[in-house]
Parts: sequence; structure tokens; C-alpha cells
Amino acid sequence: MTIAASTQLICFLVLAAVVAIGGLGVVLLSNIVYSAFLLGGVFMAVAGLYLLLNASFVAAAQVLVYVGAVNVLILFAIMLVNKREDLAPIPGLQTRRLLSGGVCAGLFALLVRVALTTPWAVPGPQAVGEGSTVRIGEHLFTDYLLPFELASVLLLMAMIGAIVLARRDVQATDLGTGQAADQGLIEKSRTPLLVDQPPS
Amino acid sequence: MVTPLATTTTALVSPGLDLERSFSQALEGLGLAPDVAHLIWLPLPMLLVLVAAVVGVLVTVWLERKISAAVQQRIGPEYAGALGVLQPLADGLKLLVKEDIIPARADSLLFTLGPVLVVVPVILSWLIVPFGQNLLVSNVGVGIFLWISLSSIQPIGLLMSGYASNNKYSLLGGLRAAAQSISYEIPLALAVLAIVMMSNSLSTIDIVNQQTGAGLLSWNIWRQPVGFLIFWICALAECERLPFDLPEAEEELVAGYQTEYAGMKFALFYLGSYINLVLSALLVSVLYLGGWGFPIPVEWLAGWMGQSVDAPLVQVITGTVGIVMTVLKAYLLVFFAILLRWTTPRVRIDQLLNLGWKFLLPLALVNLLVTAALKLAFPVAFGG
Repeated sequence: MTIAASTQLICFLVLAAVVAIGGLGVVLLSNIVYSAFLLGGVFMAVAGLYLLLNASFVAAAQVLVYVGAVNVLILFAIMLVNKREDLAPIPGLQTRRLLSGGVCAGLFALLVRVALTTPWAVPGPQAVGEGSTVRIGEHLFTDYLLPFELASVLLLMAMIGAIVLARRDVQATDLGTGQAADQGLIEKSRTPLLVDQPPS
Repeated sequence: MVTPLATTTTALVSPGLDLERSFSQALEGLGLAPDVAHLIWLPLPMLLVLVAAVVGVLVTVWLERKISAAVQQRIGPEYAGALGVLQPLADGLKLLVKEDIIPARADSLLFTLGPVLVVVPVILSWLIVPFGQNLLVSNVGVGIFLWISLSSIQPIGLLMSGYASNNKYSLLGGLRAAAQSISYEIPLALAVLAIVMMSNSLSTIDIVNQQTGAGLLSWNIWRQPVGFLIFWICALAECERLPFDLPEAEEELVAGYQTEYAGMKFALFYLGSYINLVLSALLVSVLYLGGWGFPIPVEWLAGWMGQSVDAPLVQVITGTVGIVMTVLKAYLLVFFAILLRWTTPRVRIDQLLNLGWKFLLPLALVNLLVTAALKLAFPVAFGG
């Protein structure tokens, strides 16, 4: 085995181990902040796997979108509601855990079966390498145009929805509780602090 | 392996100057296998770039001290070496031997990991900075996109250190840094996209080569003046330099996410921010100021002197001029950044976010659309 091939194998094993163990850690750790940081590590390892598959553009996009945007957003949300208190105990936690564990095991068995029974074409098609950026662009503007546009419309809808939910002055009542929305919180007319005060 | 980590060699280099080949041949002459020789060669360019980055930081720190002194009509450091040039070394040595304190209630694992996550992506980004036609660590195809995606990892390290310090000022600083970083990344990427559209490639080499036709006149700054301003503002914001240094605003947040840090971990933040500044300046010069190009094309000069461009001596001179020009342009921009830091007041957080989302983002989009239209209308001037 040449040095290049063995390096590739070692890289693959390390990355795969990071993805598997990190993924388990994301689900099983009780500290949500650790879970979120581990998720970033898992995303990075997946990007590394893409690199091993000669897809450098996809790897860079994975880092930019998943680590740089999605994971940062998750961390942001966690830290803005930074409460260091134990959550209220959930009734029947043990049963719930067993149930979700069963569902996950079933999914895992299904995936393993699919992976084992699918006739994989080995070796795969010739890697495009550096030309992949051009190839991805061509596909996005020809045969994948409709899914691409639909995804962008979906994202636009999600964005408008988020703005409507965040700006409570759009609705008279709070969507969650049904009570009258507190309009005062949103745009307070500012009164200067130092003028108009009686001299003491 | 997928990522070619050695210096790329094209046919343009005359055989005597191909360092990688001569190095490998020397090692093979000692009886080593070609694979092993290549493996020994691999870390050398990276080590060289690392050393260059650290030396660049030392120079920048000295410049910062001297220029700030000049701005404030002081003398600045003057006893450590001639004109105080050894002062940054003394600073670094002090931080190196300082006690490394981890607060008792801090999360020691994340506290240690945070600074590392801030520095590593910045150093990795030096992979794509070209100092000449063949003088870069790796000519990866995704080039400038690699830098954009790597710089998006940094906010995670900042959030991590802000959270792990267990201090409200640190957490606020970390949150501000992340908010600032993700807001200014978008106009930055759009400004880069306009350049990429003109040069039809993400590779930094191709981007510079596309600006080398007529020397000074063919630089991208004339075709992308708005993009240049957007990129420079966003790069300053990404580096957290004044007027955008809100994450560590001294008067409000003590020192932001670095409040609890001391010794080597603080030094990592310090190093990271200055490496990032030099890197941003280098990339501005690559994207907008013609990279290693001399204001008058070297090919013309060689032609006037009746020399062939491919002659070894001319290649050595061309390479040297390239390195000098890249560094000169970058340090001119660093000088402007330092001058800005010591002459402008800080913006407020709402002004910062308004500027990013309501002004720079639409402007960058318009710039992109105009560039696309100009490229269709005048393919000669805008890279058809």
C-alpha cells in the first residue's frame, strides 16, 4: 500500500470515528451547550469526508453553511436563553427514552439493510476533481433548476414567517397565548434621560 | 490524497528553480524513496508560511505601536532595539512566560479549546495567499471560497470562549462577535462573488492573472470600486478593528470575550486577530490591487531590456518583485487600518448591524447585478 493510500485510509477511519462518536455525543450528552459544540465538530468531520471524496467545493460549502451558519445560529439561540437551571422532570422519562431508542435502532437496522443489499457500482464514476464547481453550476441551472428554485422559495417563506413571528406588532394578539400583544416592548418612543427633570 | 498540499509546479518554472524537484532529487540522492522525499517536502512550505505569518504579526504590532504613538504625538517604544523594533518580541516573550489562569468556575475544556478554534482557521487560510505565480502553499480550485468558509468557523471559537469564561461581559462579547461576524460575512462574500464572476475562477492565482494585462490600469479596483469599499469595510469588521471593535469595547465590556484570558491563551487571541488583519490586507491586495503584479507589467520591462521572461535570472527577479509588491500593498493597507483605528470613534451595536444589513447588503447585491450586466455588455473589459 502506498503512503498516499494509507494516509487516505487513516483519515477516513479517524473522520468516520469522529462522526459516529460525535453524533452519539450530540444525542446523549445532557449539557445542551456541549451537544451544540459537538454538532459543529460532526459537521466538520463530514466536510472532511467530502474532501476525501474529491468534492472540495461541497466540503467548503458544508463548512460555510452548516458550521458557519446553522451551528452558530443554534449556539446563538442556546446562549441567548442562557438559563443555568435544571429542567422540570418529565413524567415517564425512562419509557420515552426506551421508545425513542427503539425507533432509532429500527431506523439504523433499516439503513444497514439498505447499505448491504444495494448493488454499489464499485469503483464509482471518475472523480471530476477541480472541475466540480463548474459541473455543480451547470446542473443547478439545467436539470436541477426546479428543485433549486423551490428550495429558494421555501427559504424565503421561512424567512418571512420568522419576521412575522418576531415582529409582534403585526398581530394584535400573541399567537402562542392568545392574549393581547404587548405593543410597548417593540417601539418605545425614547424620552431623554437628563432633560425635563426637576432640579433636585 | 485529495488536497494537493505541496507547492504547485507548472511548466513555467525553469527546471533549476523548481525547489521541490531539486529538494526531492537531493534526498533521493541520499537513498530515500520518492514517496518519503515528498513526505519530507510537504511540511516545509507550510512551515515557511507559518513563520511568515508570525513575522508579519510582529511587524504589524510594531507598526501599531509606532503609528499610534505618532498619531497621539508620543514617541512610542524606543529602548528595545533600534526604534523599538524588538518590542513585539518582548511582548510575546512576556505573554509566553506569564501564568496561565483558568477561572475556578469556568469550563476549563471549552475555555482552552476556544482560542485554538479562533487561531487555527486563520492560519489555515494562508494556504491560498499567493506571493507569485508559483509561490503559494496550494493552488486549490475552490481558492477564495475556502477562505470564506474557514473564516466562518471563527465565531464558534469566540462563542465558546465567551460562554466558557462564565462571565457576563465575556458572554456578551462573544455574542456580539458572532453577530458581527455573521452579519458582515454576507456582503463580504457577495463582493468576492463579483470578482469571481469577472475572473471566471475561484482560484486566487487566476484572479491575479486576470488583472495582469496592463499593469496598474488593469487592477480590479478600477472595475470594482464599490466592491473594494464593501470588502474593506467588511474585512475590518471581521477583524474586529476599530471602528468595529464592539466585541471587546473596553468601556462597556471590559475586554469582551478575552476578559478572563491570560498568558498563552490570550496571546493566541492576540496573534489570531493580527494574523487575520494581515491576511485580510493580503487578500484585498490579491482581489483588488493586482496581487504580485508590478504597476508596470514585468513582461514589458523585460521586453524593453531585451531579456526573455523565461530566463532563470529574470524569473528570480520577477519572483522577488512579486513578493515585495504583495507585501508592500498589504502593509500599505495595514497602515490604513492602523490609522483608522487611532483616528475614528467606535460605532454603536445597532448602527453596526444597521450598516451591515440595511446598507452594505443591498449595496453588495446591486454591485453584483451591475457587474453581471457589465460583463454581458462589455465582455472585453469585464472578463467575458
